[in-house]
Amino acid sequence: MTDTISITLNGERHVLARPTTAKDLVSGLVDKDIAVDGTPVDGSRLGIALAVDGEVIRRGKWSDFTLAEGHSVDIVTAVQGG
Amino acid sequence: MSWNVDEVTLNSRLVMGTGGASSLSILEQALEASGTELTTVALRRYDGTARDSVFAMLNRMGIRILPNTAGCYTARDAVLTAQLAREALETNWVKLEVIADEETLLPDPVELFRAAEELVLDGFTVFAYTNDDPALAKRLEDAGVAVVMPAGAPIGSGLGILNPHNIETIVNRAQVPVILDAGIGTASDAALAMELGCTAVLLASAVTRAHDATAMARAMSLAVESGHLAAHAGRIPKRPLALASSTFEGMVTPA
Repeated sequence: MTDTISITLNGERHVLARPTTAKDLVSGLVDKDIAVDGTPVDGSRLGIALAVDGEVIRRGKWSDFTLAEGHSVDIVTAVQGG
Repeated sequence: MSWNVDEVTLNSRLVMGTGGASSLSILEQALEASGTELTTVALRRYDGTARDSVFAMLNRMGIRILPNTAGCYTARDAVLTAQLAREALETNWVKLEVIADEETLLPDPVELFRAAEELVLDGFTVFAYTNDDPALAKRLEDAGVAVVMPAGAPIGSGLGILNPHNIETIVNRAQVPVILDAGIGTASDAALAMELGCTAVLLASAVTRAHDATAMARAMSLAVESGHLAAHAGRIPKRPLALASSTFEGMVTPA
């Protein structure tokens, strides 16, 4: 048992501290504090969703979801299109 | 002039896409000029840059967001993308797009239908981008999609409405709104779609890739409005020969 885990984030390998929750990961990525309910503390709207191994993890569950070795995480947002 | 989806009333019959604009500020001006109240976005991996600003911009402008599943080739990919969009953008509306190949970008009917069934069961309000095929359009409606969106021509082609007869047939048989999606090149194409009885028109490239996007957005807005008015104004029948509009009575004749 090492104190780090290796995951795939948006197709690239990342090493994270153990334990890291989905909330920690998003918070670090967007550089915002995120409340337990998965919304930014500053009251803004994230416009982001997260899936682990092809399953959407709803934002309300991010703080309970601990990432594990080998997880494949996708974090997506809206872009111009259609 | 208004129409409804899911008990939401929309006053503009022009649905805009956001793809193809060279900058966000040009897009914002074009959206403003179009008067649209519903606009599509795509969903892609977050890369830490300012990519989320489309979401912020549309929220600021008060425009309802219609996420799409552009780029998906299978029902499985489309369903996951729709679920991610619902979570990210806080809406259960989705423009379902499942394409067959990169060259035509035309919908894959089998995968499209499978995805539509699954998303309807999952509680989505599905706007189904489909071929101009009346049989498939009917099957999608029977599967419970909220809106049927036949292509006028391939995405981005600007070829207009290749099979107006099919679009009219789809409209005449549909109980749900029909939005002409894809292929619009210029204002007359949008007006024709409305004259054929479509509820609304969805376009992106025709505006975002026009030399003057703002002017074209305004043109499309007017075209959709005038096409809708004309469609319900009871046009005159087409005749093989002339019918004089001035009376022949009281004509002056030389002595």
